[in-house]
Amino acid sequence: MDINNKIATRQSYGNKIVELGKENENIVVLDADLATATKTELFKKEFPNRFFDMGIAEQDMMSTAAGMASYGKIPYASTFAVFAAGRAYDQIRNSICYPNLNVKICATHAGITVGEDGATHQMLEDISMMRTLPNMTVMSVSDDIETKWAVEAILKINGPVYLRLGRLAVPVIYDENQKFEIGKGIQIGNGNDATVIATGLMVQQAILASDELKQKGINIRVVDMHTIKPIDRELIVKCAKETKRIITIEDHSIIGGLGTAVCEVLAEEYPCKVTRLGMKDTFGKSGKAEKLLEYYRFG
Amino acid sequence: MKITDISELEKIAREIRIGVIEEVYAGKSGHPGGSLSCVDILTVLYFNQMNIDPQQPNSSSRDRFVLSKGHASPALYSTLSKRGYFDEKELFTFRGIDSILQGHPDMKHIPGVDMSTGSLGQGLSCANGMAMSSKLNKDGVRVYCLLGDGEIEEGQVWEALMSASQYKLDNLCVIVDNNNLQIDGEITEVMNSYPIDEKFRSFGFNVICVDGHNIEELIQSFETAKTVKGKPTAIIAKTVKGKGVSFMENQVGWHGKAPNEEQYNIAMHELKENC
Repeated sequence: MDINNKIATRQSYGNKIVELGKENENIVVLDADLATATKTELFKKEFPNRFFDMGIAEQDMMSTAAGMASYGKIPYASTFAVFAAGRAYDQIRNSICYPNLNVKICATHAGITVGEDGATHQMLEDISMMRTLPNMTVMSVSDDIETKWAVEAILKINGPVYLRLGRLAVPVIYDENQKFEIGKGIQIGNGNDATVIATGLMVQQAILASDELKQKGINIRVVDMHTIKPIDRELIVKCAKETKRIITIEDHSIIGGLGTAVCEVLAEEYPCKVTRLGMKDTFGKSGKAEKLLEYYRFG
Repeated sequence: MKITDISELEKIAREIRIGVIEEVYAGKSGHPGGSLSCVDILTVLYFNQMNIDPQQPNSSSRDRFVLSKGHASPALYSTLSKRGYFDEKELFTFRGIDSILQGHPDMKHIPGVDMSTGSLGQGLSCANGMAMSSKLNKDGVRVYCLLGDGEIEEGQVWEALMSASQYKLDNLCVIVDNNNLQIDGEITEVMNSYPIDEKFRSFGFNVICVDGHNIEELIQSFETAKTVKGKPTAIIAKTVKGKGVSFMENQVGWHGKAPNEEQYNIAMHELKENC
């Protein structure tokens, strides 16, 4: 991981969707007046006819995307995670997931790392809500390389996908040769003292922590759980058996998110002690992202 | 198949109404009032207006219909079955555990259903998405969407009206089934959505007001809608909830209730007598 080479996953998404738009003319992009922030403005510039600004109306946007998908289009619908999963939950449930329509919801600005905008804009419940929906695939990606892979890989799923993206510029972890597979977590390191299962921008935090601990003689391994649903049961159980102790970390509430999903697997297959790190049943507040992570004791 | 004979269309509408009562009686559940109010609209769409082929329910060039007021599923199912999308005997399985005919329209399992609906207020946005796609494809497809007059109390409908106007969806035709009743009472008492015509006009629609039970007027309105360019059309159809069954007409209590055996017999007698 190169801590000086930073890029936000929303930027990686914006870049990649333009590339895909050139190859696949069925791809259309919808946004709700946030194209400059979600970076779909790049697609808008390249393909103005296939870009639909739906105004500040997320519910309308999601159902419109459903109608387009029913017509054979492949809509990527973007807005902030709080407005996508929160404001438009019923539209995602009934217009998109129930008929299993091919809509890719690419939600940016997830988590407290949104920073200064504060609690109203810091989505901490989206993984929880989205993973309960039948037919939905839920992904939460960590870096530039993984995001670009995911934005393309989800094209192979003929059904709804929720892809969680961040606002903050974060270090690039992987190189171009990294192999990814939907539903398969990535194990980083072979430490046997503990496993830290992380998702999204917390993967970088986990890698930094692992480097620090190594100097103190503690060897942990990190798992980048980029697919929350379907979750990699096999890898979770393997790590629990090998390291005995599991820690989860997510920029999300510890209720219903990655930590809960991991506990569900372990409770059923290999009960062991799990520590869940993340937001502990509270709303966030304004501040710099790095300060907020410290304040809420994410690490 | 395009039927132009008005009395033939009226006969089909009566048969579709019989199907509605059969469904709700067989399922001991469902929404007869708002189904009966929109039967004539559906008859005109499926037997006179829409470019469809029941043998190819997924044809990409077909016109689309979205029943945004999804609880009127008995009317849609009876119409689709009459049009030949599936066997009439399916109607008797309505809302049963092994039936394809779910309580609200399910596009994954029912031939001829273009969009799953049920949660009110979402269908028009879906129809917009279809109309926008059709414009991208330049395929000449027309998209129809039926809204309830109570349904338009949902805020998303007004978001969608703005979108339809913004994107100049002249291939879209919205119909409002204005039967004046919702579950808790009259529209004006519960949450007044009037004046519907003026509101739609101010949102950029070409608005046509018609008697929603007059087949001839409905056909003319749909024909006019096709000629209007640069903006979507809304047909505000004045209807009677429970139309065709005397004791259900204009009765709010028949929004979501199945008839008992005696009521069923009376309803069937009335409808068949008129056939």
